[in-house]
Amino acid sequence: MSEPVSALGGASFQGFATIREIGPVGMITLRAKGLKSLEKAVKAVTGTKLPAQRRIEVNGDRACGWMSPDEYLLVLPYGDVQPALASLGKSLGSEHHLAVDVSDARAVFRIEGEKAAQVLRKLSPVDFDTLAPGELRRTRAAQVAAALWQQDGGFTVVCFRSVAGYVMGLLTHSAQPGSELD
Amino acid sequence: MSTRLAKGGRLINRTAPVEFSFNGKRLKGYQGDTLAAGLLANDQMLVGRSFKYHRPRGIVASGPEEPNALVNLGAGARLEPNQRTTTTELFDGLECTSQNHWPSLEFDVGVVNNYAARFMPAGFYYKTFIHPRPAWKHLFEPFIRRAAGLGKAPTEGDADRYEQAYAFCDVLVVGAGVAGLKAAKAAADAGQRVILLEQTPTLGGRAPVDDTEVDGQPVDAWIAAIEADLMARDNVSIRTRTCGFGVYDHGYVLADERVADHTPGDGRPKHRLWRIRTGKIITATGAIERPLSFAGNDIPGVMLASAVRDYVVNYAVSPGDRTVVVTNNDSAYQTALALKAAGLDVPAILDARETADGPLPQAARAAGIRVLTGKGIAKVKGSTRVTGVAICAQAGEGAVQEEIACEAVAMSGGWSPVVHLWSHCGGKLTWDETLSAFIPDPNRPPLNHDGSAMVEVVGSAAGDLTLTGATVTIPPVWVMPQSAPIQLRSKMWLDYQNDVKVSDVQLASREGYVSVEHTKRYTTLGMATDQGKLSNINGLAVLADSLGQEIPQVGTTTFRPPYTPVTIGALAGESRGEIFQPLRRTPMHEAHEKAGAYFEPVGLWRRPYCFPRAGETHEQAVHREVLNTRQNLGLLDASTLGKIIVKGPDAGKFLDMLYTGVMSTLPIGKCRYGLMCNEQGFLSDDGVVARIDEDTWLCHTTSGGADRIHAWMEDWLQCEWWDWKVYTANVTEQYAQVAVVGPNARKLLQVLGGMDVSKEALPFMQWADGTLAGFPVRVYRISFSGELSYEIAIPASHGAAFWEACTQAGKALGAMPYGTECLHIMRAEKGFIMIGDETDGTVIPQDLGLDWAISKKKADYLGKRGQERTFLASPDRWKLVGFETLDGSVVPDGSYIIADGVNGNGQRNVQGRVTSTYYSPTLKRGIAMGLLQHGPSRMGEVVEFNTAAGGTVKARVRDTVFFDKDGEKQNV
Amino acid sequence: MLILECPYCGVKAEETELSPGYEAHLKRFGPGSSPEEFEAYMFARKNPKGVHFERWRHSYGCGKWFLAARCTATLEVFGTYPAQVSEPPADIIAKIQARRPDWKGYK
Repeated sequence: MSEPVSALGGASFQGFATIREIGPVGMITLRAKGLKSLEKAVKAVTGTKLPAQRRIEVNGDRACGWMSPDEYLLVLPYGDVQPALASLGKSLGSEHHLAVDVSDARAVFRIEGEKAAQVLRKLSPVDFDTLAPGELRRTRAAQVAAALWQQDGGFTVVCFRSVAGYVMGLLTHSAQPGSELD
Repeated sequence: MSTRLAKGGRLINRTAPVEFSFNGKRLKGYQGDTLAAGLLANDQMLVGRSFKYHRPRGIVASGPEEPNALVNLGAGARLEPNQRTTTTELFDGLECTSQNHWPSLEFDVGVVNNYAARFMPAGFYYKTFIHPRPAWKHLFEPFIRRAAGLGKAPTEGDADRYEQAYAFCDVLVVGAGVAGLKAAKAAADAGQRVILLEQTPTLGGRAPVDDTEVDGQPVDAWIAAIEADLMARDNVSIRTRTCGFGVYDHGYVLADERVADHTPGDGRPKHRLWRIRTGKIITATGAIERPLSFAGNDIPGVMLASAVRDYVVNYAVSPGDRTVVVTNNDSAYQTALALKAAGLDVPAILDARETADGPLPQAARAAGIRVLTGKGIAKVKGSTRVTGVAICAQAGEGAVQEEIACEAVAMSGGWSPVVHLWSHCGGKLTWDETLSAFIPDPNRPPLNHDGSAMVEVVGSAAGDLTLTGATVTIPPVWVMPQSAPIQLRSKMWLDYQNDVKVSDVQLASREGYVSVEHTKRYTTLGMATDQGKLSNINGLAVLADSLGQEIPQVGTTTFRPPYTPVTIGALAGESRGEIFQPLRRTPMHEAHEKAGAYFEPVGLWRRPYCFPRAGETHEQAVHREVLNTRQNLGLLDASTLGKIIVKGPDAGKFLDMLYTGVMSTLPIGKCRYGLMCNEQGFLSDDGVVARIDEDTWLCHTTSGGADRIHAWMEDWLQCEWWDWKVYTANVTEQYAQVAVVGPNARKLLQVLGGMDVSKEALPFMQWADGTLAGFPVRVYRISFSGELSYEIAIPASHGAAFWEACTQAGKALGAMPYGTECLHIMRAEKGFIMIGDETDGTVIPQDLGLDWAISKKKADYLGKRGQERTFLASPDRWKLVGFETLDGSVVPDGSYIIADGVNGNGQRNVQGRVTSTYYSPTLKRGIAMGLLQHGPSRMGEVVEFNTAAGGTVKARVRDTVFFDKDGEKQNV
Repeated sequence: MLILECPYCGVKAEETELSPGYEAHLKRFGPGSSPEEFEAYMFARKNPKGVHFERWRHSYGCGKWFLAARCTATLEVFGTYPAQVSEPPADIIAKIQARRPDWKGYK
């Protein structure tokens, strides 16, 4: 079997901020609510606690983000997804939940540099002045859905794989040297 | 002549000269000039021609209200028509040309319209070009189109880039004059997050021109101090060259930042559209001076008094050696004083009022200026520039008492507060008798999301004109002289750009127009690119007078965004070229491009339509793909197919509600075709459902339908059956999907190897997990072509590699990729329906003979009640059948099946229509499906399809399965 | 352009992040219902000038449907609340009554 290939094969752009497509990144959509074993099941996979509303709990290369009252996004190394699904299945057993691999359905970007936020200020109707560290915001980037959060001094942006080229185009346009917002 | 003064000029930098050109003439100016100032400094009084009469026109104003001085700016890929010279910053190398004239600005043939003016009154076009009817299309419209329109549209793509940005604040202040600066500081002091917008490059507004004092300090010093103060604060963001042009619901404001208009080609975005969300909006947008209506008030050299003052003080530009001032208020006296201070002559101030004894008139008299009260202008002398004025009594009919030679006229008819932003979201106005102006009514503001006042107005925009010097009162003077006869009134311009005169509005009133909105459209008053900033109040005052009503009764026209024109580039922002819209690509997209695919849009997806080879037409390629797939092996990228996981203890029950058939009984490992309808009963989507395990199903949707159907599922789960235990996940993009189709399909899978795909191990309508060539796959044995067919799902990040593996291994088996058109033809040959072809939102499954896919046992499913409606249950509905043309030709797409007689509109009756029509390479003839009244009971009958050319095509009614009726090809 | 606070995730979402779903609190009528009942469910809409209850989906956010009480004339928003109710909650009703004393009630 071949190596998994991310949507843009690691494309990058150096503008007033650095744009990098990263991945493949392992991702699991976990839908569940109010289950007794949920906290433990997530901890076993990501090593984090269950995030509160709109939060993302990060633990190295693993994380758990709050997507909606009954949906979590688990982030982990690509190769660990299948064991993680097995682990979730075992922990949650017959309790009503849905855990699916969505690693390949997504593209992930990193935006780095002192003015990284300015790139996103041009694309998303989000007040970045009040976006708390560790807050996961689901919004749109121009015309497509995106999720973003601050991490390691930059931003991580997640979108659907099929529009990765479009999002790379947006980020490249927004990070053009000379177009800084201040 | 207008010229540059040797001294002065607040805004210009004399050490930084710049060169620019107007109509090819090389001219000199300074950094800090506006283009208008630069033109005037070079005695370019004549800058354009008017729209209708092609009258010579000069610069009237000094700001965004300018109606006349519009130019084509730049050239080639940077050409922009209708740029206002008064807001364009001068830069080295600027090129511009005048508009709306032929063959030249100085000699314009169209000026003949001017002499025909009395034959072209208000409503001229409506009245003249009605008869004969055919002449409109062939004669009038082409002629009017050639004559109409300001400027020339660029023919090249815009060389510049544009962008948008979002901003958030507590208080947004629009306008950084004295009032705006004060408001910004107050909000900042209160700890609010403040954004301050200013449309010009500098802060301070007009006050510095008038040399006033603020808080006991000289205004320049006051501005410098507050600017420094605000700049130093973290909670204040100041953006100059940024016009807040529109106020929208819930504190949403759009602003246009002219980032690089004055530095073209420097790589920065030309404009940036700010999308600002604010808790509160404070508008400090100032006031605009009104012209006076006297004969010849449009001759180059007649300018607003405030503009004359701006040019002298800000740019050290003299409008001429001698300027006559004409006014109805005190503020224009400042212009006389400023001219005098610059060493220029003011032969007279004509004041329409009987007395003028305020401090400014007294100062003017003390400066030795002749002040004539109770006087007005009977007529301005001159044609392409002012040569003098004829003076008359304001109270009379215009008998000339004296003539004064001059090069310029500075007029002031009072001030109109800029209430646009207040009004955009419903803020109401009140008529202020003392100012003769509409001002915002603070008791009726536009409302915010919580019902509070969304906009507050400060400074002269709110009617506080103390800083302009026009204190106390501005008496109404709408026509000069007051009893002017028609000869004079037909030379008094209200709307300069659209050539609307006092006499036009009066004519509209005589012809029965009583609504200001109708009068506006009939006369075109205020409908030009300046949106009547100078003309509206004067126009409606004239209308009110003609109607014998008070101005507030007549009311104003509606103020709509944008306040000033905004270039399409800014509105489009980043949405151009490659990122005009999101383009969805499958993991195999690059491979298809390399294979020379011709793509078609399917929703936002791009899918290969066909894979033409060298020398092949698309049609030939499609036919080759069909034959090859039927005879050997075809590969289809089916990744766009929607895939939704539905899981939970109630998932089966839920799917039974969603689909017309029964999904809860589907055995694990098997597949079943299903139909979904909306609540009206009309077919909405179809696809194959696979049972994955005890409480998990995978629902395939159409390519365009995945997001819509997923949202539809969530809608029912969240809003109707919220106690049902079901979770859904849209995994469409997690998997690439490859359809391996044709007699050699199984052989290919066996070559790839890894799992048993034999007839016994994987029968039709079943699925299995396994590996192929080492790739983890799920193989569905389903067919949309009638061939032996496997659809193979594989994680998207392996999609391209798997496609390549199939292509390589398939070579020996005659594999060729095929596109969507081949798919369509093959499904039509088999009589399979396609959502969007056989359905159009008015078709129920029963119309398509799909009763077999509808459960009769279920008490309920979405759409069941809708389908029970009498007109849907009627036996007279159009139903799906196949058609074979008698001559083998292809029925034209969109054809109707004609019936006897005509309907009430004299149109031919119809009894059906074609839904899918193709040339079948397999059968070597045209095949079609369509809806025909009582269709299934009319087998063998010959019907006629109409054609666009007016003829008909005869076709025989038959069943819909054209090929391999018994399904022998797929059951191997 | 409206701002509505999503009651599930607390985001003050702007209209471009939302999808409209039209009138709220409709009662579904399925098989067995009379033509009048079905017509009322399918087609009869209030469309008032004034207080109105609407469905919105936070489609670019958490994906959840919620309901909003809003004045269609002034665009004042009285509140948003989760969709899993068959009639407006008491606190929303009270707020509307305080702001619109003449309001006749949601039915």
